Amino acid sequence: MRKTLAVAAVALATVSFAGAAQARDQIRIVGSSTVYPFTTAVAEQFGKAGKFKTPVVESTGTGGGFKLFCAGVGPDHPDLTNASRAIKKSEMEACAKNGVADVVEMKVGYDGIVLASSKKAKHIDVTRKQLFLALAKEVPVNGKLVENPYTTWNQIDPSLPASKIEVLGPPPTSGTRDAFLELVMEHGAESFPEIKELKKSDEKAFKKVFSSIREDGAYVEAGENDNLIVQKLDANANAFGIFGYSFLDQNGDKLQGAMVDGVAPTFEAIAASKYPVSRPLFVYAKKAHVGQIPGIKEYLAEYTSEKAWGKSGYLADKGLIPMPDTERKEQASKVNALEALKM
Amino acid sequence: MVERTAVISPTQAAAGRLKQRYAAERRFKALGISAIALALGFLAMLLVTILGNGLTAFVQTNVRLDVTLDAETLGVDAVNPSADALGAANYGQVIKNAMYKAFPAVEGRAERRQLAALVSSGADVSLRKVLVANPGLLGTTQSIWLTADDDVDMAMKGHVSRQAGAEGNRLTDNQLAWLDQLEQRGDVAKKFNTALFTTGDSREPEQAGLWGAVVGSFFSLSITLLVCFPLGVATSVYLEEFAPKNRWTDLIEVNINNLAAVPSVVFGLLGLAIFLNFFGFPRSAPLVGGLVLALISLPTIIIAGRAAMKAVPPSIREAALGLGASKLQMVTDHVLPLSMPGILTGTILGMAHALGETAPLLMIGMVAFIVDIPASPLDPSAVLPVQVYLWADSPERAFVERTSAAIMVLLFFLAMMNVAAILLRKKFERRW
Repeated sequence: MRKTLAVAAVALATVSFAGAAQARDQIRIVGSSTVYPFTTAVAEQFGKAGKFKTPVVESTGTGGGFKLFCAGVGPDHPDLTNASRAIKKSEMEACAKNGVADVVEMKVGYDGIVLASSKKAKHIDVTRKQLFLALAKEVPVNGKLVENPYTTWNQIDPSLPASKIEVLGPPPTSGTRDAFLELVMEHGAESFPEIKELKKSDEKAFKKVFSSIREDGAYVEAGENDNLIVQKLDANANAFGIFGYSFLDQNGDKLQGAMVDGVAPTFEAIAASKYPVSRPLFVYAKKAHVGQIPGIKEYLAEYTSEKAWGKSGYLADKGLIPMPDTERKEQASKVNALEALKM
Repeated sequence: MVERTAVISPTQAAAGRLKQRYAAERRFKALGISAIALALGFLAMLLVTILGNGLTAFVQTNVRLDVTLDAETLGVDAVNPSADALGAANYGQVIKNAMYKAFPAVEGRAERRQLAALVSSGADVSLRKVLVANPGLLGTTQSIWLTADDDVDMAMKGHVSRQAGAEGNRLTDNQLAWLDQLEQRGDVAKKFNTALFTTGDSREPEQAGLWGAVVGSFFSLSITLLVCFPLGVATSVYLEEFAPKNRWTDLIEVNINNLAAVPSVVFGLLGLAIFLNFFGFPRSAPLVGGLVLALISLPTIIIAGRAAMKAVPPSIREAALGLGASKLQMVTDHVLPLSMPGILTGTILGMAHALGETAPLLMIGMVAFIVDIPASPLDPSAVLPVQVYLWADSPERAFVERTSAAIMVLLFFLAMMNVAAILLRKKFERRW
């Protein structure tokens, strides 16, 4: 008994010293779960080439990613972070405070957010104004903000189906939800003159109007797992789901994407930025780690290569919407020169 | 008569009450049975869904191709190729050429691209293995089964429609037609999915495997066992046999019982603060995972150990002490051996619990995409439940069945551990 204990203690002590002294020879990436499928695909290809170890990619969410990324410089901190939105000023300041001075921003492509339903349902065409009316907690009726009175789609507009409003979507912690609020709800809210007025007079109140989603059961927070929403839509023809384009792309035999402002969420429409609900995705790199951790420059080169993020690259197969040719070229030269972000 | 009824009526009342009591008992039993039936029903539903979804994942569609291992296309020396050259040779082109040869009528860049996409992008790796293991095959034409792409796999398994022209098809009509032709020639078959059990994670479902996670789970649980078994047994021995009964030991006991009920994610935060930030252990390593899981299973083991020691009759202790044994001798020679089956059962159940945890591992970076198989507890690694979670979150359709397959593997290990616990108990248990 005592022997076992002693052995365990010695083993633990040895291991702890080994751990503390260990330098890292493997890239570490954290951040957004939306960018995760793409960054991991690049990581895998990068590792297969055989020169470097396959990078480790954690899925921590955009905000959590920046928190880890900005915590400091050195092998204990990640080298890159995924983000489904641009870095905020406060995050840049947090970075700078911890000695992470030079950050390289790489825009990797676009992601469309779709409103999808089962193929058994009627194909619909909604506007962002209608979506706002369907999903906001308070909507303007006769110039006054009241509790959302709509229960079926056709109460909002006769062209929409007569079924109950039932939308499955991401919870507030999700980056997809933030993007949806900004791209759909804010835009939809602004189409009402009385709310637009509010934006000028009281920015905070305006923000509250468009970012409050109704809580009476018409909007169901379905957790972060988009596959779950896909299954629920398949079972319930009346329901709609909000998620990233890649899930629609993979389940095209079961689901259809609703047209938003008259544009269907297709690869081409999102790539040509005709589809209104799309957002850029980013990866941020720590310049101080280049040269310290082997392979960062080469990893960025792999990411920015045409066979990865090009029009028919393997990332497009995974559902990433590539940037236009000129933008890709511009980004690639900027990233490969390790141009640091200025704010 | 009047007198008689007066005598009978209390018995009648008693009979009535008896009937009521029986009825109450029947109702209680019925409730119990329906509760069990409900639980079994849910279990059956779970198993049926998992088996129904996941059984197909154990086979994988393969395509047979006549591959010409031509030195020129491979870009290696035809006579005496070095091992390095064979490792880095252009296997992708060889496979593409074989595909073109199988369908000579297909021309044009776009069409040929579609044709080549029928075979998995990882097929070159398996071809490389074949040639590196047997360099003599260079220059020959071999009929080799290669892994098909996941979209082909899904179509062959009937998870997506093979109807040409159906909306939302991932495969083009051309690809479906080629697939039909291959099938007619007998060049498509479902084979046992070895990749699932031999490789690490991958973003391509047909190349994704559980082995990395299994090894990671093994390392983590080994560390857990190494730490929490000695600590747990020592604690329970001390508390049960040596500690004085006072307010302090009461306080400790209450705390241990409470710790057993603390949400596991809290232990993850603790692990992040202590093992990563203070000790500077590497992130995502099974070492840290094992230590955190040890913290989680420690209370379970201590509680089980104390219960097992309590069950040893005091007469055994008294006999040992009466014969002149010291207290330590009494514990090591009598109490511990007699309570060991109970302690081991508790330990195994604690470990089984630890095997299924993901929440605390999120905090220490083990919920991550890791391709390389870990070689030591210091290498980054995932564990089985994390693999389930990551696959369940992936958009590719083929990951749906693989998620269920991963759950089956996890359940298999859990069942094995529980069976081991039962066997141990049956074999060594003593009744007094």
